[in-house]
Amino acid sequence: MPDSIDTTTSKPRPEHFVAPLEETPLEAIDTIKAEGKPSNLWIDAWADLRRRPMFWISAALILIIVFVALFPGLFTNEPPNSNCQLANSNGAPTEGHPLGFTRQGCDVWSRIVHGAATSLSVGIIVTTLVFTLGVLFGAFAGFYGGWVDGLLSRIGDIFFSIPYILAAVVIMSVLANYRNVWVISLAIGVFAWPVTARVLRSEILRVKNSDYVTAATAIGVSRFKIMWAHVVPNSIAPVIVITTIALAGAIVAEATLSFLGVGLPTNIMSWGNDIAQAQTTLRTAPQVLIYPSIALSLTVFSFIMMGEVIRDALDPKARAQR
Amino acid sequence: MKIKRYGVAAFALAAAGALVLTGCTTGGAEPTAPAGDPEAIITTNGSEPQNPLIPTNTTETGGGKIVTSLFAGLVSYDAEGAIEFDVAESIESEDSQHWTVTLKEGQTFTDGTPVTADSFVDAWNYGALYSNAQSASYFFDNIEGFSYTEDSELTGLNVVDERTFTVDLVAPEADWPLRLGYTAYFPLPEVAFEDIEAFGQNPVGNGPYMFAAEDAWTHEEKIDLVKNPDYDGVRTPVNGGLTIVFYTSQDTAYADLQAGNLDVLDAVPDSALATFEEEFGDRAVNQPAAIFQGFNMPFYLEHWGDDEEGDLRRAALSMAINRDEITDVIFQGTRQPASDYTSPVIAGWTDSLEGAEVLEYNPEEAQAKWAEAEAIAPYGDTVLDIAYNADGGHQAWVDAVANSIANTLGIEAVGKPYPTFAASLDDRENEKLTGGVRAGWQGDYPSMYNFLAPLYRTGAGSNYEGYSSEEFEKLLDDGAQASSVEDATALWQQAQEVLLTDLPTIPLWYSNVTGASADTVDNVVFGWDSVPLYTEITKG
Amino acid sequence: MLWYTGKRLLQVIPVLLGATFLIYFMVFAMPGDPIAALYGDRPPAPGVIEQIREQYHLNDPFIVQYFYYLAGIFQGDFGVTYSGQSVNDVLARTFPVTIRLALLAIFFEMVAGIFVGLVSGLRKGGIFDATGLGVSLVLISLPIFVIGFVAQYFLGIQLGWFSPTVGAGAPLEDLILPALVLASISFAQIVRLTRSSVIETSGLDFVRTAYSKGLTRRRIVPVHILRNSLIPVVTYLGTDFGTLLVGATVTEGIFNVPGVGRTLYQAILRGEGPTVVSFVTIMVLLYLVVNLLVDLLYAVLDPRIRYA
Repeated sequence: MPDSIDTTTSKPRPEHFVAPLEETPLEAIDTIKAEGKPSNLWIDAWADLRRRPMFWISAALILIIVFVALFPGLFTNEPPNSNCQLANSNGAPTEGHPLGFTRQGCDVWSRIVHGAATSLSVGIIVTTLVFTLGVLFGAFAGFYGGWVDGLLSRIGDIFFSIPYILAAVVIMSVLANYRNVWVISLAIGVFAWPVTARVLRSEILRVKNSDYVTAATAIGVSRFKIMWAHVVPNSIAPVIVITTIALAGAIVAEATLSFLGVGLPTNIMSWGNDIAQAQTTLRTAPQVLIYPSIALSLTVFSFIMMGEVIRDALDPKARAQR
Repeated sequence: MKIKRYGVAAFALAAAGALVLTGCTTGGAEPTAPAGDPEAIITTNGSEPQNPLIPTNTTETGGGKIVTSLFAGLVSYDAEGAIEFDVAESIESEDSQHWTVTLKEGQTFTDGTPVTADSFVDAWNYGALYSNAQSASYFFDNIEGFSYTEDSELTGLNVVDERTFTVDLVAPEADWPLRLGYTAYFPLPEVAFEDIEAFGQNPVGNGPYMFAAEDAWTHEEKIDLVKNPDYDGVRTPVNGGLTIVFYTSQDTAYADLQAGNLDVLDAVPDSALATFEEEFGDRAVNQPAAIFQGFNMPFYLEHWGDDEEGDLRRAALSMAINRDEITDVIFQGTRQPASDYTSPVIAGWTDSLEGAEVLEYNPEEAQAKWAEAEAIAPYGDTVLDIAYNADGGHQAWVDAVANSIANTLGIEAVGKPYPTFAASLDDRENEKLTGGVRAGWQGDYPSMYNFLAPLYRTGAGSNYEGYSSEEFEKLLDDGAQASSVEDATALWQQAQEVLLTDLPTIPLWYSNVTGASADTVDNVVFGWDSVPLYTEITKG
Repeated sequence: MLWYTGKRLLQVIPVLLGATFLIYFMVFAMPGDPIAALYGDRPPAPGVIEQIREQYHLNDPFIVQYFYYLAGIFQGDFGVTYSGQSVNDVLARTFPVTIRLALLAIFFEMVAGIFVGLVSGLRKGGIFDATGLGVSLVLISLPIFVIGFVAQYFLGIQLGWFSPTVGAGAPLEDLILPALVLASISFAQIVRLTRSSVIETSGLDFVRTAYSKGLTRRRIVPVHILRNSLIPVVTYLGTDFGTLLVGATVTEGIFNVPGVGRTLYQAILRGEGPTVVSFVTIMVLLYLVVNLLVDLLYAVLDPRIRYA
């Protein structure tokens, strides 16, 4: 959204309307219908989500992937990186090796199983980083406005204007000797947060003049507390959505960095590395490329699908469209 | 005088086994099938030259193949790496130290000015001058007057007359003429010195090809060369010109060859190694080249010192690597397991050095040697890593070598990628490596000496891991000053036997040149330097 | 509007300084001597490297190097690459290629995305809608390099429908395949945006009015629904253009496109500070200008929006 769109000027304000007293007795307003179900955005969204098959499919996929990542030993007996025999190079599946072998003669299935943890960790660490930075910057910029907004938004612009893949390439080169899951997550995340900040900021701009904020101010709640207790929770919905999608983006980014030659070292199992390496045997042994690609795409797909479903569920307009 | 003349010729003979040099070799290799359109333009792959096209500042392959097409030196190399006189009529010496060079008559640059003794002497002086900071300056360090630290004139170069100059070397060098086909030794016309930067963008040469037009070099895209009608030497083109398209990825170049956008390709990407010979049949090329590859275990690492333990461990590593299997599986037979420190295309290469059995896969012996070293000092559970630069396509073989070592010796071994060559160089120069490091060498000129001196002599430019052996250097120097080629070869082979016991580099294999050509062209022959002999290609 | 534009342009300055400083610092911190690396396995005489480092001010402290660079920019001189080319020339050579590629990609994603989005939106819940959503989700789940290589191999080499690589001069017909690959990333976004926008617009009063006036669907869909649904799509295309200008590193590499992404990526790997920062400078400028234009266009498309 543009910085300072003034949408109020041209909208005709409704005439001040006062309800005739006799129509709604005061007591009636004060009565709370206690037996009715409480309703808010989250409860509505959950009610909506529960009815969607897409939600359950993606949730199940994500759970499976998380389970594989946590307990790889349950799915394969083969350690991922040892006993790679060149004699098996690009070999067909055999007993105990259901997906065959890589170019180096390592077991494809075991590498995929052990790679899940890496992809997920990168996804989660990046997302946490992006979420934290994005919410901090977005919340302060949106809520306080003025020079705080100016400063924080410009900082955001600086990071946003440098494409994060290129930035990650540089960071990974700088920290070449310390490449691990944390460093690659840092490299991806540190330039990816401005989007989150922007979304939150514009959402806060929309929300911060609501009545409940005015009310809280009136009863003397501190600005800081209002921001965290009222404004941010009420503006976070769109952030949740893009965060889910960002998680998928981070997993792809890790693979892209491997492809560009600045990814994780080869002794850390990673789908990105395996895909990048299998590229060279695309013509002769496409299966070595295809299996980790499927694993990667399926993971990314389930998070993106989850994001889409949540987005629809949180957006009353979209809900009405169905 | 005559004796040394034939000394040079003998060198050529040893390499080529066929060619006899006479004082006036012109039009050397007759094309077998002179069919083809003499105006046809050959397209081939290349890479953007790193520097303006000044011969003494072109030491990388991208610019090298262009400069070699644009200029003619005193000699040029035939397909086998033997020298043929190009601009020179004779190169003579009685003591291998004081040389007299005579040029052929009537040679001109494409701007019409004659190629004289001054063209060489001025170009060499320009290339050697300290403040000109030319990348090839060290090629002149054996000429009297050279300095690495200040501006000085090459006093060893003296012009006798228009077509004759003399060269005084600081020490005898039997195979000095072998160097002279290298880009650093090309002549420059007078116009070059007026504005060398501008000249580098639009060079004026004396070689088989010339720029098709002013600004024929489209940066990062291609360069258009056409036949130089005035060139009259051993490399007279049978085609009309050469367009070199720049690629940053071999895969892309290969795709273009398959799509018919390219006539000749001189580097097949990894991804096509398994299929290109089948796909291109007899249009595929897979032959040895002057490229040696290995890896170094730095002597400064604990357990890898220049002592008994280090020697044992290096030998164990070397014997733990199944070179045959790796060259077969990973490289699809486009590498040849090493048996010495040179290359099969270099005269003097051999597979029967004393101690060469250390280069054979022998798991039992490897384990025994490792155990012997363990008795001296236990290795512990340190991970053995082998560093390489990730931007050079080395990952597959480094991983395979690491796996081979791990499987044989039962230790953990992994590849350690550096994102860029610069980063790996930094750690090498500052002795900060944590394990082995890949080491490769492509010959500048077809001589054993060029594979040994720059890499293993104390303080030499590419001797990063600081190897130093008096015994080796003595043999190296004796060879350089030997009176006959046979003696030199024998001494240099002995020098390599020293290397085989010390293993400053653990030899792995020699790279083949892999290439292919489309059916639009014929007579595609690759030179010793992995570059096709463009002038002999026919098209149409 | 003028005041707003002026204010936005002023904001460019700190962003530009910040971004160039940041990227210069990061490239400076990269390990290794970029000059020594130029020579690969054959190091020149030590004095040679030293003199060239001197020539590029590489022996000066970081901040001094940065100011040398800034001083150059203010004189319109972006410096010299380590291979001796003027960075101005490199910029002038690569940006037109990438702009062409980006425009072509935008064209493809616009045509395909809006069509699929429109049909999906008009027949929401139908088979076309479900398939469209499925395909677009699969496309964004695939890393671009997988799409690139598969497309190059099957469509370019095996089937020969497109040129698998981009030849000299980057002619438009060679750019088709890389543009399609690039377009595949944003396709999903455009489908989604168009779809929900079309659904929203279709339910608005003026559309109902149009139907009740007896106008045909053939007229209502393009004139009333589509035109009014395009605002968010146009906004997205604007930002996407900025992304495509710089984000095409992988695609440009695969298809040998001599454009910004490939050149910049290589400059980074070579540690060529001046080149990298020059590219980033232009990118940041372009990016900010495009963003500004989009915001202004927004106001043009939707008269309810006013800038103060």
